[in-house]
Amino acid sequence: MYRYDEIDQKLVDERVAQYRDQTRRFLAGALSEDDFRPLRLRNGLYIQRHAPMLRVAIPYGLLSSRQLRTLAHVARKWDRGYGHFSTRQNLQFNWPKLEDVPDILAELATVQMHAIQTSGNCVRNITTDHLAGVARDEIVDSFVWCELLRQWSTFHPEFSYLPRKFKIAVNGAAVDRAATYLHDIGLHAVRDARGETGFRVIVGGGMGRTPILGHVIREFLPWPHFLTYIEAVLRVYNRYGRRDNIHKARIKILVKALTPARFREEVEAEWAHLKDGPSTLTGSEVRRVERRFTRPAYERLPGDDAGYAARLASDRAFAAWAGRNVHAHKMPGYAAVTLSLKKTGVPPGDATAGQMDAVADLAERYSQGELRLSHEQNLILADVRQAELRALWDDAKALGLATPNVGLLTNLIACPGGDFCSLANAKTIPVAQAIQERFDRLDYLHDIGELDLNLSGCMNSCGHHHVGHIGILGVDKNGEEWYQISIGGNQGLTRPGAPAALGKVIGPSFARADVPGVIERLIEVYLERRDSEEERFVDVVWRIGVEPFKERVYGGVHQRPESRQRSLAAA
Amino acid sequence: MAAFIRDRKVVSDPWLRLERNDDGSLPPVPRAGDIIVPLAMWQAQRDSLLVRPGRIGVWLDSHEAPEAIAEDLRLLGVVAVNFPKSGDGRGYTTARLLRERYGWKGELRAIGDVLRDQLFFLSSCGFNAFVLRAGEDPREALAAFGELSEAYQASVERPEPLFRRR
Ligand code: SF4
Repeated sequence: MYRYDEIDQKLVDERVAQYRDQTRRFLAGALSEDDFRPLRLRNGLYIQRHAPMLRVAIPYGLLSSRQLRTLAHVARKWDRGYGHFSTRQNLQFNWPKLEDVPDILAELATVQMHAIQTSGNCVRNITTDHLAGVARDEIVDSFVWCELLRQWSTFHPEFSYLPRKFKIAVNGAAVDRAATYLHDIGLHAVRDARGETGFRVIVGGGMGRTPILGHVIREFLPWPHFLTYIEAVLRVYNRYGRRDNIHKARIKILVKALTPARFREEVEAEWAHLKDGPSTLTGSEVRRVERRFTRPAYERLPGDDAGYAARLASDRAFAAWAGRNVHAHKMPGYAAVTLSLKKTGVPPGDATAGQMDAVADLAERYSQGELRLSHEQNLILADVRQAELRALWDDAKALGLATPNVGLLTNLIACPGGDFCSLANAKTIPVAQAIQERFDRLDYLHDIGELDLNLSGCMNSCGHHHVGHIGILGVDKNGEEWYQISIGGNQGLTRPGAPAALGKVIGPSFARADVPGVIERLIEVYLERRDSEEERFVDVVWRIGVEPFKERVYGGVHQRPESRQRSLAAA
Repeated sequence: MAAFIRDRKVVSDPWLRLERNDDGSLPPVPRAGDIIVPLAMWQAQRDSLLVRPGRIGVWLDSHEAPEAIAEDLRLLGVVAVNFPKSGDGRGYTTARLLRERYGWKGELRAIGDVLRDQLFFLSSCGFNAFVLRAGEDPREALAAFGELSEAYQASVERPEPLFRRR
């Protein structure tokens, strides 16, 4: 964890007081609804379908046991006893009262947490790889760079009223687990020939209604220029990004309109003025931030734990869980573990206060009191001794957090959708549940292998459907909920030769009841056509194209009308 | 004369601001007195404006670039930047460029949809004068300057980022 110093703490406390005053003025009628809206939004407070929704930042997804217990306390005291972990490493409370929010924020501030810039047209929570600091392929510890950006972006005076929201992702390892090609700015750590650290700068990617992969505008940005270069990008965007149409206001539209080459020229021209200026990072600042992070106290272990290896060989269920949910660690004898929040029957990402407390205990017992939140809406214990995996598995099973499905179809990502979100075209949670129920047989699931299935309730794409190997999007047709299905998306360079990609829509959309069946047919095609178990669903889509899948799903001319009739009968 | 905030005090405003007419045409220029004119008027009538009695200021709308007056700054008594909507943040960049790149040292005022909750950011970016949206109380708004005691970033008010001062 990064530990606040006095100044960090003071700023958060002052923000609470400022927001308290803004709320007071609003409730007293001194601030109109219209004037209050941007103020509450930049503090994470939406007015949703049922009640306000408060989005709390979990900077770069890193959380301590103490913080998680405070979140549990907030859920109990001010909400209905649970919270929703989002795909952007935030926690959302769905039922707080507007007038209670200042007290909630004050409570969060006691554990160095806040809701600053979790919404609004400003730089949002910086996201990163959930295996930062422990991955074997690490280049830099991305948490340090994320914290530098957190500070740089917090209350940035020039960039607090951008044309639109702005999302930055940092990836510190060779494999891209942070979807850097799908953010307004993606920063991917690289080393140059001399071994110097720098970043590849990728600009203008994103999902939403105009999904597009980002463009590399700089292959190697030496680390001291990290902030000045980003500042130049933001300045070009702030000056020239469109403000006349909310749907054309993201930086990706500007990059496209100018062309990436011209955009790059603009940035470089601006950067020429800022380069080597006072915001140039210093080695001592990077070290200062590094030192303020608590570091796990690793034991020196000789290598893989013999007991663990023996259990893997003798206990099939344990091995199945370990095969999916346990990840390699850079320290010998250690592992990172995913606690799954994707149990069938529970909305993806939801956690009760009881579960939060229990996970806080697990993190304390097994992983040095820290945990991470992944963009797949799971919780990660990053520093577990292999010798303790078996005990952790037992504890996680008892809590319903040991579903062995990481990377598999039922580990699907879903936004809150029509049950909670006022922007939704369609519900997502019942669809997710129906799919999870259809594929509940573990052997079958493991046979299908790695498959990302992502679900969004509308074009805003909070469920990242564009980059799902299978993506499902809720659409509205004359007031009815329909689902459009795409295949072939990929969130990033998760393995060699598999770059980020956007899914292709397979054809007209489906009624809710038909979705699990359609997924089943897609899977059938895959299982028939794969050349080995190594070849994943998405690899087959890339190799053979979408046609064979289309044919299977829409093949019979009768299938469409039949499905229409059924949905009409249901409606 | 309307009250406005300058250098964190509420004072009365000696300047008259001219706006385009509804049809886009430029209004007549008063014979004397200090006036702030739209950029288009400055560009069209610069020579006659300079010889009339009274000081001249120029106001930029949010889409107008500071580069348009960068060469003329020494001729001006004030520069104003308009915020047609409080959420239109281009003026923050305009202000920084005027101060940091083009060296404007005189009064830089924010006009238009300027609200108390923007004052901290506006002043960080170099504005030192603020004409609040009609109906806002400038005296009450003064408290906003002190709501945050520090800032991480380099800005006009704090030329060094916090990490160089920590
Ligand atoms: S994708 Fe749409 S429905 Fe889902 S959370 Fe985002 S805005 Fe709401």
